[in-house]
Amino acid sequence: MYPFKYQKAATVRGAVSLLKKAEEPKLLAGGHTLLPTMKQRLASPKTLIDLSAAGLSGIEQKGRSIVIGAMTTHAEVANSPVVQQAIPALAKLAGHIGDPQVRHRGTIGGSVANNDPAADYPAALMALGAVVHTSKRKIPAEEFFAGMFSTALDEDEIITKVAFPIPSKAAYVKFPNPASRYAIVGVFVAKKGSNVRVAVTGAGSNGVFRHEAMEQALAKRFNPKSLEGIATPAADMNGDIHASADYRAHLVGVIARRAVAAATA
Amino acid sequence: MPTVTLTVNGRSVTADVDSRTLLVQMLRETLHLTGTHVGCDTSQCGACVVHVDGKAVKSCTTLAVQCDGASVVTIEGLAQDGKLHPMQEAFREHHGLQCGFCTPGMIMSAVDIVNRKGIVDEATIREELEGNICRCTGYHNIVRAVEAGAKAMVSGTPVRQAAE
Repeated sequence: MYPFKYQKAATVRGAVSLLKKAEEPKLLAGGHTLLPTMKQRLASPKTLIDLSAAGLSGIEQKGRSIVIGAMTTHAEVANSPVVQQAIPALAKLAGHIGDPQVRHRGTIGGSVANNDPAADYPAALMALGAVVHTSKRKIPAEEFFAGMFSTALDEDEIITKVAFPIPSKAAYVKFPNPASRYAIVGVFVAKKGSNVRVAVTGAGSNGVFRHEAMEQALAKRFNPKSLEGIATPAADMNGDIHASADYRAHLVGVIARRAVAAATA
Repeated sequence: MPTVTLTVNGRSVTADVDSRTLLVQMLRETLHLTGTHVGCDTSQCGACVVHVDGKAVKSCTTLAVQCDGASVVTIEGLAQDGKLHPMQEAFREHHGLQCGFCTPGMIMSAVDIVNRKGIVDEATIREELEGNICRCTGYHNIVRAVEAGAKAMVSGTPVRQAAE
């Protein structure tokens, strides 16, 4: 690893002020993407600002929403009775990110801020209509994710928590890469009243996206059969050594049907 | 240079380390606890697993400075008073190792699984061990060892006696 400066923030305000002052800074959450990326020199920040002491972890139900602090780990979300009871699909999603050791360190804020096109959380935020709370404002998921590895966050802005409205039905099904456990295709479906959302991760050439044709069909009838015959254009899919664009386009349909079946089971 | 204070295997240690020092480097190179191994160095293989504040983590993907004030347990900290930990004993009894390179991480992960889940069935063990890779492919005996070690840890009955 190359040399860098390390600073630990005691508060969010302190972290923002360090972000403004420090030379080429990056925020350090769980570090399970950032540190491997730095080892490979795919990122080379000169300063790391550690958020672990900034008081950003915790889970609570606020009215009809589940609010999760940015530094809450995947293991904490997976094992939270509050999340398991209100949005079991979200607890299950968190419990299948990476492996147990990664889940002990990786955080929801880090995952969301990184917006890896194959990460699981972006699909949950999009399908559940979550709102990202930051040090400055509240950003709806749809405006937050801005294409591969890109978000609406300003340089000096820090995610503090994510609020998930509680759906009436939801499920997440992932077709994981057998080595990395990243999603080759992951589909999160959520129904709240008559409103249905279908969010797809891992597949799109520009990161997470909502599948509007599927949403319209499911809004009429929330059943896997409603998805029959709905095509996903391969031109919009990512193709790589793990799966071609055509294969991913086909998988989106298969996994979406399984997700709707799981949500209605 | 930042100063890091850790409790390692029950003993308080303080060292000046570079910010970039990984926890595994501090353990191996500063504290000479070389039981914790570096396999892939990309957080995939699990040879570097140690417990930080009671949770299994990959020490190749954790900075020493991030652990300031934490309690760390390594493979060297499991045996007590010259007696192997039940999980170590189970790996010996069931030949849960071939070359032995992955073994420290396997055992630290196995103890963590039992701490979280108690007695576990084979399918759960295989799923829970997904962050630990054995390149000798000795998984069958590793899974049997974890099964036996879990029973011994929970019941307090020594592995050998339980096997007899």
